[in-house]
Amino acid sequence: MELWYSFVELLPFDWAQSGGMYFMKNALLAVLVISPLFGILSTMVVHSRMSFFSDALGHSAFTGMAIGAICGFNEPTWAAVAFAVVFALLFNWVRRRSALASDTVIGVFSSTAVALGIFISTLGGRSFTKFNALLIGDILSVEPAKIGLLAGILVLIIVLWAVSFNQLMLSAVHPALADSRGVKVFWQETIFSVAIAVVVTVSMTWVGLMVINALIVLPAAAARNIAKNMTQYHLFSLLGAAIAGIAGLMTSYYIDSSAGAAITLYLAVWFMITFLFRKKG
Amino acid sequence: MRKIKHGKMSGGCSDACCLKLEGLNVRLEGEEILEDVSFHLHCGEIAALIGPNGAGKSTLFRSILGQLPYGGNITFSPAGGPAIRLADGTVTGGSRPLIGYVPQSPSFDRGDPVSVLDFFTAATARWPVWLPIPKKYRERCRSSLERVHGEDLLDRAMGALSGGQLQRVLLALALEPVPHILILDEPLSGVDIEGEHQLLEMLDELRTKYDLSILLSTHDFATLEQFADKVLLLNKKILKSGPPEEVLSSPEFYETFHLRVGKGGEH
Repeated sequence: MELWYSFVELLPFDWAQSGGMYFMKNALLAVLVISPLFGILSTMVVHSRMSFFSDALGHSAFTGMAIGAICGFNEPTWAAVAFAVVFALLFNWVRRRSALASDTVIGVFSSTAVALGIFISTLGGRSFTKFNALLIGDILSVEPAKIGLLAGILVLIIVLWAVSFNQLMLSAVHPALADSRGVKVFWQETIFSVAIAVVVTVSMTWVGLMVINALIVLPAAAARNIAKNMTQYHLFSLLGAAIAGIAGLMTSYYIDSSAGAAITLYLAVWFMITFLFRKKG
Repeated sequence: MRKIKHGKMSGGCSDACCLKLEGLNVRLEGEEILEDVSFHLHCGEIAALIGPNGAGKSTLFRSILGQLPYGGNITFSPAGGPAIRLADGTVTGGSRPLIGYVPQSPSFDRGDPVSVLDFFTAATARWPVWLPIPKKYRERCRSSLERVHGEDLLDRAMGALSGGQLQRVLLALALEPVPHILILDEPLSGVDIEGEHQLLEMLDELRTKYDLSILLSTHDFATLEQFADKVLLLNKKILKSGPPEEVLSSPEFYETFHLRVGKGGEH
């Protein structure tokens, strides 16, 4: 972290001066880790039409937090991760066995998770307000240890992408074709859902439940407007996420608003720009 | 178009490689989809599977591909070699046959940022396609596409291909590596007349060049006599099989497609 602090102090911002405002320096580093994380995941979530699914996972993460809190865990995040992973596995299992469309199954799961979350968190006349923080998120509260955790997850996701991306893409395009070429479609989908579950849940505290799905959908949605192949797709998605992340954090600092919301708005602007320059044909 | 009759299968088929289906039964969720399906397919042979929607054509393909549990036997014997059970790969000296599969209409949106090269590399190599793709894979993809006269499609987006071009790319992929058996699920649907002609010529060229067995499903009865050696009329069971002219004039064919006797041709 010392290295990072001394690097940031080179920047020409009033908060970047040495010996203070560590929360802002931490937040900047966190944004630099979180935005590529979402930029990468985004490409596949959008490609395999799983944006509803990631939204539902966000809701389940909230329920997990509620369960964790009621059980008196110090770190409800881990309960939430566990719950989200179970949720993802259960969803995958039901989807394969049900004749219903994916979005219907997601609707069932999502609403159940939310209802359960509200039910548990208000049980015995508790106040819901302590969960408000989760809805909005607060990037400025991020601690160095958590940034380390996020960086570790980022490394894992990059490894997953290096090993599995081709198979994931093929599974999304045509499961039977993928299977005929030796891809274990079910396992690919499962691992990917678990990855989304972990990322969404762990970063929710800082990004906020209300906007987390925007961060998953918008980078790739914008990139699709202009990308012609997979390399460009990833490049534009990453670039959009990173620029919007930094710009959003700065904006929220100077005009005092939620960082997650500001990042999302920048991404929306990025989407509009790419839309105007969208490829033809 | 029909040029070769491989190995003159007089009597048995021990002199040529052969895919054998014997008493194939498939049940899905308690419903019988296929019942006692048996036929042989030799190398260099093109067999066309016809039948109404829901007749079990795709199910039959998926059974051969090993994607569904089934009753009965599916075996493959290479020329002069012992039979290999596809279900568990019980091998007595040999390896499982390679099956190339051209699926029915994969879903690509027009805006999908997947180029033909991306798609091809993703399916055939370990190199993650989100990184810039090295020359080596580019060249490999190009030479695969040359087989189907599609080398100019390399950098096109999958979603922007016409029906015929998409089928050619999928065919090139199914031929990488060159399989023993090639299965095509309705390759002619969504393909215009010119594309259809091109595709059929190509299949004919392929079976001659690589001596592979081709099994395809189609609803286009008008072209059957041009390219198929054998037609299998399927509706849960094999109702009729034989040379195209024989099947197309059979009472079973007319009955299945609710045609009046004496009026054949396109459905």
